[in-house]
Amino acid sequence: MQDYIVGAVVASAIAFFVVFGLVPPLIKMLTKKNWMVKDVNRIGGAMIPRPGGPVILAGIIASEISLYFLLPQHTFTTKAIIALLITTSIGFIVGFIDDRKVMGGWFKPVALIAAAIPIILLGAYEPNLVFPLFGEVKIPALYLGLILIMIPITGNTINSIDVMNGIASGFMTIATFSLAIALFILQNYSIAILTLPLAFASLAFFRYHNFPAKIFPGDSGAITLGAAYGAIAIIGHVEVIAAIALLPAIINSFLFLSSVKRIVEHRQVKGPTVHTDDHKITATKEIDAPITLVRLIVAAKPLTEKQIGNTIFKLAIFSGILAIITALVSGFRI
Amino acid sequence: MSQVLIFIFIAIMWVLILAGGGILVTMVSKISITGYGQHLDFFLASIVKAIIAIALVGAWVLVLTKLKNKIFQKQIKA
Repeated sequence: MQDYIVGAVVASAIAFFVVFGLVPPLIKMLTKKNWMVKDVNRIGGAMIPRPGGPVILAGIIASEISLYFLLPQHTFTTKAIIALLITTSIGFIVGFIDDRKVMGGWFKPVALIAAAIPIILLGAYEPNLVFPLFGEVKIPALYLGLILIMIPITGNTINSIDVMNGIASGFMTIATFSLAIALFILQNYSIAILTLPLAFASLAFFRYHNFPAKIFPGDSGAITLGAAYGAIAIIGHVEVIAAIALLPAIINSFLFLSSVKRIVEHRQVKGPTVHTDDHKITATKEIDAPITLVRLIVAAKPLTEKQIGNTIFKLAIFSGILAIITALVSGFRI
Repeated sequence: MSQVLIFIFIAIMWVLILAGGGILVTMVSKISITGYGQHLDFFLASIVKAIIAIALVGAWVLVLTKLKNKIFQKQIKA
């Protein structure tokens, strides 16, 4: 047990301080290279450095490698760490390509299938899908397909919620801590500890990404977080609980896809929101603009960017609580 | 009020996920096919289970779409 506690504390500290310490020099470097984008919601439209993905990846890699040496050596834990590292790294590369060169709407979902392959090749999964309260279903062949689509879904889902200052990193902080608590409740201690680097890397990045943002994660940052989250869900055998913790982001993707009716790069569609004269955000009157979570939140009345962020965090906390409740009732069978 | 509706929508999604899992475990996973040889029986049963599982996901999306239209009708029209 002592190994687990030491591993958890050390890995959490490494993830947090690597990200926390490396963001300021990255901001300087990105500013010098003029890798900046306009913050369209900021009064005056400030230029913000992007992407912060390299630092998020560095934090996760450094922390997971420390766990490789600190946790008791079990075959599955070793495979899990290696699979998580490779999947997260491929997710980062896919996002970074999209950061530097805007690709078509299909690029990220298709390219992220490659990120799922290491989990299959390393055998870092159980081919049974667990449904809380009811038990598990053995679906060996179908489960392989599920792995291949799960990483593209989680990667793109987190990327699609990265619409305002602090939302992607703040949302991931809440969802990942909820998932870690759920894993501890299920007594899956090794994977719960492997989740902590993602949670603490998100938390440290949130410090700089929160309103008013000093850096944006970019596609590389958001997809890195999403791919790592999806990998943990598969490796930890908590696919359903992980999906529940992610429900607000899933709703956002669902609303977007059901209104646009095709997979498309968000830059290619009309904005779902517009600014009022007092610089609040309100729903657009354009009939063919997509419906998104933010558009629904501001449908009743215009809100500031900070208020929208806080509402999404409340939704994330609500989903996180539902995920934890699901883990708590997992021991019961109907 | 519109924000309360989003919380309700999330809660409904949660219940639908758990209920969908229940249908899969208690009904679909019990399906078995016999009479075509051991390997072919298993293969055919897997295909039938996969088709039903995919149809259930389709039904889940359809129900959510209907619910979305009902719950967020005013917001979407606005």
